Amino acid sequence: MALKQNKKKDKKLLVKKKPIKKTVVKKSLTKSKLNTDKLLDDSLLELIRVTSAELPNDVQKVILEALEREEKNTTAAYAMNIIKANIDLAKKKSQPLCQDTGTVIFYVTHPVGLNQTKFSKLIKKAVVAATKKGYLRQNSVDSLTGENSGLNVGPGHPAIHFHEHAKKSIEVKLMLKGGGCENVGAQYSLPNTALGAGRDLDGVRKVILDAVFKAQGKGCGPGVLGVCIGGDRGAGYIESKEQLFRKLDDKNKIKSLSDLEVEIVETSNKLGIGPMGFGGKTTLLGCKISALNRLPASFFVSISYMCWAYRRQGIELGSSSTIKKWLY
Amino acid sequence: MKKLNYPFSQEQMKELKVGDMVLLTGKLFTGRDAVHKRLHDGIKPPVDLKNQIIYHCGPVILQDPKTKEYRVTAAGPTTSIREEPYQADVMKDYGIVGVIGKGGMGAKTLAGCKAYGCVYFHAIGGAAQVLAEKIDKVNAVHWLDLGSPEAIWELSVTDFPVVVTMDAHGHSLHAEVEASSNEALKKLL
Repeated sequence: MALKQNKKKDKKLLVKKKPIKKTVVKKSLTKSKLNTDKLLDDSLLELIRVTSAELPNDVQKVILEALEREEKNTTAAYAMNIIKANIDLAKKKSQPLCQDTGTVIFYVTHPVGLNQTKFSKLIKKAVVAATKKGYLRQNSVDSLTGENSGLNVGPGHPAIHFHEHAKKSIEVKLMLKGGGCENVGAQYSLPNTALGAGRDLDGVRKVILDAVFKAQGKGCGPGVLGVCIGGDRGAGYIESKEQLFRKLDDKNKIKSLSDLEVEIVETSNKLGIGPMGFGGKTTLLGCKISALNRLPASFFVSISYMCWAYRRQGIELGSSSTIKKWLY
Repeated sequence: MKKLNYPFSQEQMKELKVGDMVLLTGKLFTGRDAVHKRLHDGIKPPVDLKNQIIYHCGPVILQDPKTKEYRVTAAGPTTSIREEPYQADVMKDYGIVGVIGKGGMGAKTLAGCKAYGCVYFHAIGGAAQVLAEKIDKVNAVHWLDLGSPEAIWELSVTDFPVVVTMDAHGHSLHAEVEASSNEALKKLL
C-alpha cells in the first residue's frame, strides 16, 4: 500500500515538471492535498500514541477512587498501587500502558461526502507507522496460517466503522481493546433456565452478574462493562463496544437503564472478586447499557468487558486535518 | 515483601505461600501459547528450562537498527488460563519451578504445582510499564519464527513484583475467590 502511494506521488511529481504556465494551479492544488494527507496522517498517529500511552481523565478518576477504597497492605491495594504507578509511567515515557495494544477499533463520524476508501487507507498507514514506532504491538495474526505480518493490517484489522452525521466536522474515535478482556466478553440468549433469567430487566441483571462472576480476574479487573440488550448477535456485540465510548460520569437518559447501570456496579462490588481477582472491594468501575430492538423470537444480552487499562480517545479534526480538539 | 534470587530451586518455591508478595531477581523466559504448544508436542526447547521460571508474556520489543540490540518497551503478563491444557506437563517434562502470568490457572495446573514443586506467581495485568522497568536486559531470543510476541525472550530482571496466588501445597487464591464470589452471587441473583 505504501508503495502504491509512493508511485502516485511520483506521478504527481512528474506532472509538476510540465511547462510552467499550465502547472501553477495544479502544483498548488497537489501540494495542498499532499499536505492535508500528511497532516491527517500525523493527527491519526498522534491519536494512536496518546490512546496507547495515556488513560482518559474520567477513567483515571475512578481508578484512584478504587485505590482509596481498598484496605491498606492487602494484595488488592498492592495491585491498585502498581496500576497507578503504571498509568503515570506510561504517560511519562510515552509508551504503551499495556503490552497488549489490543484490537485497534476506529469509529469515524463524518459529514456527507467523505471518501471512506481514502480515509481507510490513511488509517491503515498510520497503524503501520504506529506499529513501527512501538505504540502498537505486532498484534495481527493470520487465523489460518498463524503468521504475524508484523504490521497490524490484514482482513478485519484495524476495525474501522464509519458513521455519517449532519455536522461539518470529522471525529475520529479510537479504542484499543486487549485480548484478555475481550476473551471474557459474553452473549446470553434469554430466557436462561440455569440462571433463572427471564425476558425482562431482572433477567438482564442476572446474566450480566453471571458474566462478571465468570470473568473473575481474567479480564484485568477492575473493569468496565459495555452492554447491549437486544439486536441480533452481531449488532449486539458492536453496540456493546460502542457503549464503552460513553464517558464514565455520564448518565443514561433512559431511567430504567440508568438505574440498572448503578445497580450492576454496586452488586458486582459485593462479589468480592476485587482487583486482578485477588479479592477486594472493587470488581467493576462502571457499566454502560443500551438497548436495540429485537425480533420477537430473540432476546440477546451482549456484554463487552473492558480492562482497567481502558484505552479510548478521540479527536475532532480541524479544517486542515490537524487536531482541533481531544474528545476525552 | 519477600525476595527471591536466581538461581531458583524447588526448595525456595516450597517455602512460598498463597498471598506472599515477592520480588524476583535474575532470569526469566517468556513463553505463551505457541511455546507451550510446541513444548507439549515434545519439541525440544532451545534452552534448558530446568529450575527456570516461565513468564506468560508477549512483550513489545524494539530492535536498534544500528546495534541490533533489543529493548523491551512494554511487558505485562498475558492471561494464563489458555496454557491450562499444557502447563502441568511442561512442569513435569522440563522441570520449571515457577510460572508468572495473570488471571490464575485451574485444577490441573494446581495439582502440577504440588507434584513438581512449582509456584504460580501473579503479575499485575496491564502494568506493562512498571514491569518493563524491572527488566534490565534482553539476553537472547529463541523461536523468533513464532513471531515477536510468541517467541522465547530471555530476560534479566531486578525486583520484579509478583504475588503468589497458587503455591506448591495445593492452595489457590483463585479457587478461593471463585468459591466465595459464587456464594455471594447466589444470594444476589
